[in-house]
Amino acid sequence: MNKLTKAQTELWEMDELAKGTSPIHGLHPLAKLAVTVFYIFTVVSFPKYDLSGLMILVLYPVILYQIADIPVSTCFYKLRLVLPLVCAVGLVNPFLDRKILLYIGTVPITGGLVSMATLMLKGVFSLMASFLLIATTPIDQICAALGKLHVPQVLTTLLLLTYRYIGLMIREVAVMSESYALRAPGQKGIHFSAWGSFLGQLLLRSMDRAEELYSSMLLRGFRGEFYYVGLPKARGKDWLFFLGSLLLFLAARNTNLPELLGSLFMR
Amino acid sequence: MLEFRNVSFSYEPGTPVLDNLSFHIRKGETVGLIGANGAGKSTIMKLMLGLLPAQGEILVDGMPVTKQNLSVIRQKIGFVLQDSDNQMFMPTVYEDMIFGPRNYGLTREEADARVERVLKELGLESLKHRHNHKISGGEKRMAAIATILAMEPEMIVMDEPSTALDPVNRRRVISTINSRKETKLIASHDLDMILDTCQRVILLNHGRIVADGEAETILRDRALLEANRMELPFCLQGWKGR
Ligand SMILES: Nc1ncnc2c1ncn2[C@@H]1O[C@H](COP(=O)(O)OP(=O)(O)OP(=O)(O)O)[C@@H](O)[C@H]1O
Ligand SMILES: [Mg+2]
Repeated sequence: MNKLTKAQTELWEMDELAKGTSPIHGLHPLAKLAVTVFYIFTVVSFPKYDLSGLMILVLYPVILYQIADIPVSTCFYKLRLVLPLVCAVGLVNPFLDRKILLYIGTVPITGGLVSMATLMLKGVFSLMASFLLIATTPIDQICAALGKLHVPQVLTTLLLLTYRYIGLMIREVAVMSESYALRAPGQKGIHFSAWGSFLGQLLLRSMDRAEELYSSMLLRGFRGEFYYVGLPKARGKDWLFFLGSLLLFLAARNTNLPELLGSLFMR
Repeated sequence: MLEFRNVSFSYEPGTPVLDNLSFHIRKGETVGLIGANGAGKSTIMKLMLGLLPAQGEILVDGMPVTKQNLSVIRQKIGFVLQDSDNQMFMPTVYEDMIFGPRNYGLTREEADARVERVLKELGLESLKHRHNHKISGGEKRMAAIATILAMEPEMIVMDEPSTALDPVNRRRVISTINSRKETKLIASHDLDMILDTCQRVILLNHGRIVADGEAETILRDRALLEANRMELPFCLQGWKGR
């Protein structure tokens, strides 16, 4: 299987994942969306040196991945291209912030190091939570939930189309590079003299396709609303999940749980 | 049901694709639209659905194709695109089939019942939960037809419905077309299918109507067909097989 077919398959696998039957999959999309957003807010709001406080929040994704029966490794594997970027964000901190916060043995730990670690963890945690949402909720349901939150239709439709558009682009690249390879035997990849026309063609072709696809949605009555999703009514467990998570995040944010636990044992 | 009055259209200024076209299709008629590649068949279909802006007047069920009427018109006309890849956008065949009915306000149960009925009619029960990206070209074509039938339109417009189909599925499509009471417009190069399904044929050449009349008459006219880059249907060529 070549790289592109694989990329295609991976995207479809997301649809598959989202169709699971775990308790997490069964939760109301709106509850999951709200909790995810709230989780990311909590994570991001931690002060830059509060590494130990932030750590405890890893529990949310780890536990939910367990319940949803999705290996955490899947997330890291699928996000392997994005993760390094997210981590790279904090890389300059150690050079900018050389204030020494503490010593481990004789090794000085600077503020920059700690804030770099905090920043990286924030990125990784947020990604894990977002991935969990996508992996347990079909994209149309997410859009419908966003609609319920009064996110403008333009944005929800855009999100939905982008999602479908990526699939189209990948398919188009796959088809084009296959037909290229068939007529250019023995070449590895695409010769750079052909890049320009290849990219131009790709753009035109996938735009054409996206347009036809969008008309096909319009022809079947799509007007930017997600009637066809039919969001269920929120039940007790959805509220429980939502309020429970909310309380836990607030607690984690406002008390330093690791410190608290530590102090219990130290006494 | 459908009327074109002096309709012209061009994608690029200076190169007209349709040139002052007029025709009228009555309710319940089944009309074949034939013509060489690039004659303008797909363009005509996109115009009546308001996917392209026309010059001149197009009436669907007495309503002009204008922005305000689009939603009603699109509910009346079901359009099977020439390229099924662009028609199917949901993950599975089933989800694609309920998309239209749900948008038009049916409950999930009502939509489900329709899906079952159409799948049975087309003999496609096994495709229901298959993934759109994992089915073959012909299966996708059948599924695309199914999504349109599930919308129960008043008029069915099909752009090359029989390409990519094996003989059994091609027969199924033909018998489905024949058993339906709706108004139908079918563009195809498969003249045998046109002969089997349509009473009337419109022959296009470079965006103009060259002939419009009884299917039997036009499809038997070897000289007319050959002048327009076509051949007699196989069944009329007297070809008996070896
Ligand atoms: N998007 C476009 N931009 C510019 N010209 C176009 C576009 N689409 C079609 N055309 C031109 O319009 C003419 C009619 O195209 P159309 O697709 O309607 O033909 P058709 O009868 O459906 O042909 P086919 O049998 O090959 O499907 C062709 O000459 C084609 O080159
Ligand atoms: Mg065409």
